[in-house]
Amino acid sequence: MKPFTYERATSVEAAARAAASVQGARFIAGGTNLLDLMKLQIETPTHLVDVNRLGLDRIEKTEEGGLRIGALVRNTDLAADATVRRDYAVLSRALVAGASGQLRNKATTAGNLLQRTRCPYFYDTRMPCNKRKPGSGCGAMKGVSRSLAILGVSDACIAQHPSDMAVAMRLLDAQVDTVDATGARRAIPIADFHLLPGDTPHKETVLKAGEIITSVTLPGPIGGTHVYRKVRDRASYAFALVSVAAIFGKDGTARFAFGGIGAKPWRTAEGDAAAAQGAQAVAEATLAGARTTHDNDFKRPLVEKTLASLYRQQEARA
Amino acid sequence: MKFDTPAGQNPIDQGRVIGIPHDRIDGAAKVTGTAPYAYERHDAAPNAAYGWIVGSAIAKGRIAAMDLRAAEASPGVLGIVTHANAGKLTKGSMNTAHLLGGPQIEHYEQALALVVADTFENARAAAALVRIDYAPEDGKFDLAAERLNGVIPPQGFGGPADTKAGDFDGAFASAAVKLEQTYTTPDQSHAMMEPHASIAAWNGDKLTLWTSNQMIAWGVGDMAKTLGIPKENVRLVSPYIGGGFGSKLFLRADALLAALGARQVGRPVKVAIARPQIPNNTTHRPATIQRIRIGADKDGVIDAIAHEVWSGDLPGGGPETAAQQTRLLYRGDNRLTAHRLVTLNLPEGNAMRAPGEAVGLLALEVAMDELAEACGVDPVELRIRNDVQYDPEAGPQRPFSSRKLVECLRAGADRFGWSKRNPRPGQVRDGRWLVGMGMASAFRNNLTEKSGARIGVDGQGRVIVETDMTDIGTGSYTIIAQTAAEMLGVDLDQVTVRLGDSRFPVSSGSGGQWGANSSTAGVYAAAMALRAKLAEKAGYPADQAQFDDGLVRLGNQSQPLAALAGGQGLWAEDSMEYGDLDKRYAQATFGAHFCEVGVDMDTAEVRVRRMGGAFAAGRILNPKSARSQVIGAMTMGVGAALMEALDVDTRFGFFVNHDMAEYQVPVHADIPDQDVLFIEELDDKSSPMKAKGVGELGICGAGAAVANAIYNATGIRLRDYPLTLDKLLKAQAA
Repeated sequence: MKPFTYERATSVEAAARAAASVQGARFIAGGTNLLDLMKLQIETPTHLVDVNRLGLDRIEKTEEGGLRIGALVRNTDLAADATVRRDYAVLSRALVAGASGQLRNKATTAGNLLQRTRCPYFYDTRMPCNKRKPGSGCGAMKGVSRSLAILGVSDACIAQHPSDMAVAMRLLDAQVDTVDATGARRAIPIADFHLLPGDTPHKETVLKAGEIITSVTLPGPIGGTHVYRKVRDRASYAFALVSVAAIFGKDGTARFAFGGIGAKPWRTAEGDAAAAQGAQAVAEATLAGARTTHDNDFKRPLVEKTLASLYRQQEARA
Repeated sequence: MKFDTPAGQNPIDQGRVIGIPHDRIDGAAKVTGTAPYAYERHDAAPNAAYGWIVGSAIAKGRIAAMDLRAAEASPGVLGIVTHANAGKLTKGSMNTAHLLGGPQIEHYEQALALVVADTFENARAAAALVRIDYAPEDGKFDLAAERLNGVIPPQGFGGPADTKAGDFDGAFASAAVKLEQTYTTPDQSHAMMEPHASIAAWNGDKLTLWTSNQMIAWGVGDMAKTLGIPKENVRLVSPYIGGGFGSKLFLRADALLAALGARQVGRPVKVAIARPQIPNNTTHRPATIQRIRIGADKDGVIDAIAHEVWSGDLPGGGPETAAQQTRLLYRGDNRLTAHRLVTLNLPEGNAMRAPGEAVGLLALEVAMDELAEACGVDPVELRIRNDVQYDPEAGPQRPFSSRKLVECLRAGADRFGWSKRNPRPGQVRDGRWLVGMGMASAFRNNLTEKSGARIGVDGQGRVIVETDMTDIGTGSYTIIAQTAAEMLGVDLDQVTVRLGDSRFPVSSGSGGQWGANSSTAGVYAAAMALRAKLAEKAGYPADQAQFDDGLVRLGNQSQPLAALAGGQGLWAEDSMEYGDLDKRYAQATFGAHFCEVGVDMDTAEVRVRRMGGAFAAGRILNPKSARSQVIGAMTMGVGAALMEALDVDTRFGFFVNHDMAEYQVPVHADIPDQDVLFIEELDDKSSPMKAKGVGELGICGAGAAVANAIYNATGIRLRDYPLTLDKLLKAQAA
């Protein structure tokens, strides 16, 4: 860990200004990812702006009938919220599939969206990694890559986005609400929030320096059957090999978002459009353009098989 | 005391305290956080500075240049230890690679420097400023690619590299049923809870080391040898150990570098090997390639059996002796085993819980399942048909001291409900789960090691035991207290046990599941000597005196221990050593594992639904902690079967998944109901305790039972561990 300065912000605006004014500043909330990365000197912020006391910890209905989730709402609280469990069950299910009880108690809604990849080459500072050290190359592509992404990848990077929560947020068409140092507000559709690696894999979101997430807003509930299925090597406390968030409508329509396979939480219009044709069609549409390695080519059939399992369950319910 | 004839009736047979389930006597201290572990010994070594290890970024080569200036100028830095300033160091006799590398580099993450600073954070930050220029060399990292370069390894703990009896080739060629298969197991990491950690302090030329080590005397010896100082000048203290599984059998970099750092900066230094450093800095269980050939008649009776094993290690290292059990487990007049060792420049391979058998049975017991199917014989029945009551390589003149494999198989099958298994694979469904049952024999050698203890009674009648034996979470404190209580006729809470200090008599230490039997036998020897002294003081003939209720009795007379001990207390010291009973008799522990798994019909995720086993391991000293040992080992067997593997990057020569997020071991949600039955057995040729070990037996065969259950559930036979869903999906598609 490199020495850094620390301040506790007292207002959203002050936090944004503080972060914008110091080169290399980072916000810290739960710290469940940032602190680990700082210990390994993968993240080396010069200044930490602690946002924990900004009061962004409420879950409230919006005038449009949706739900505004404060940036600092802890994963445990969000998963347990009665409205979320009733109207956005897929979000609750995705949350409890992630991490461990202790981590969920600390991790925040905004922080979860910003968590970084679990690529093992990203985690070892002696290895090449374009995401960690731009231009150093990719250790994973011809190395050990079983857990890594097959969609949205580039020649520079095949890192996967590890979040479960963000997959459900993507499915629910959430928007990410931010404020920057000038006080300007943005509402960023989650589809546009994460960047694909391209040749700049170190850039992971559209957030600008000092721009702070204040809440994540969900549109009104859409009903249907909410499912989150996470496939992994052990029963708990492991990142997804493949995960599928799905909402099945009564009319045969469905929507799907995927974790474990994408450089960002993955959802395609083509995949959703193929819903009525069944698991194989959805898988084919979703996996268009997939690029696999020797280690992770199993994810291709696994996506289809996971979808088949969900379809079968859905049929059993109907 | 020498144990060279089978034990007769002795005080342990009273079974008043021994053999009764007891809570750990150190349990309360552990769960309340008051049992101090090595890294927390601020009380013993106040003002300790902090060391952080800088590990090599390459697997093989040399340090071309090292620039310490930035690190030395970093805040709080007190000193930096490197090969250039550490003085002459001699490699420990138990180490394959040097614990401090440079200028030669032998493996990735080999320690090249220790940065010592006033705080942990300052040491770690400065360590990142150590600049090393490397001159890398090509290394060998791929076991499969190097297989044909295997050589006959030197003899180590596992006996000779090769054994032979009869005419394997001829018998196999003419066998009615032939099985020939190759199985592979990956490199594995011990993943014990407490990382390697030490605090070192010098007083003149005398070193005290608070550390976490399974084998105190080995640690003292190798520390003295490495530093070139007399053993008498080294004191090791290791009373509490947060798990070891073999990773702490030897002197490791934390201990040596703490000593070197403390010497350089002139104050105590503490060093822990950080979790992401452990897999590549320390030892691991080596990967294996195993070829098994079995020739049997149509009823499955084995006539020919061969087990050949390939593994790799650094130059000067040893093999994974995975064919060990095949020398003793099943009948067959024509047999061979062979181990071949290839040179690999990966980190050092060495012992991990049940070295040899743990991975050998992952292969052999799947081969037996395949043979059972080929012959149309039930897997339990197949093993019963192939039972042998003597060492099948040596012949009937070397019988087993005790062998209750068949009893374990029958009792285990009965309790588990094995008769309900459908022998045709892929037939049973429960919702989205394909359900299958599998079983495997359990086998682990029984080793006995010389072990000493000192035992005394004080003026209050309290019994005190001192031995350098260690408790690595196994329950040593409790069984030693039970032994002392049984021998001297006092209650368990009247006994104080002090362990893990090199000032105490040298014990067997903890390894190879020899610790429980050997260390308590040492306490037995010391207690016999103390009983003689107490009887003499009481004026009773030693062979007629009875010890109970805190009294020494002869007929109607009795005297309290406290009075006999007097203000000075009365002490005795002895050790137990062993004659040739282990040569005249094959000695081993046995069991049978049963497992039911569910395999998701779509995703091929495997989840264990229940496990059960029956085990025969001599007298069970404390059924409660013995059960804990067995269920823990069964859990580790599930890990080996389903998820544990260090992934080798064969370009850079290192284990890629070197933290606990990516090296997966089972979590609670993976482990369902586990049933453990101990078969009653006394082994009078093992020791006066008539006990053997259970700490490793439970992992032996557990993973194979899982593998065989997967086959029964799916009809897919995987032979490449771990048995992950990607392999099942590929096999399904093929």
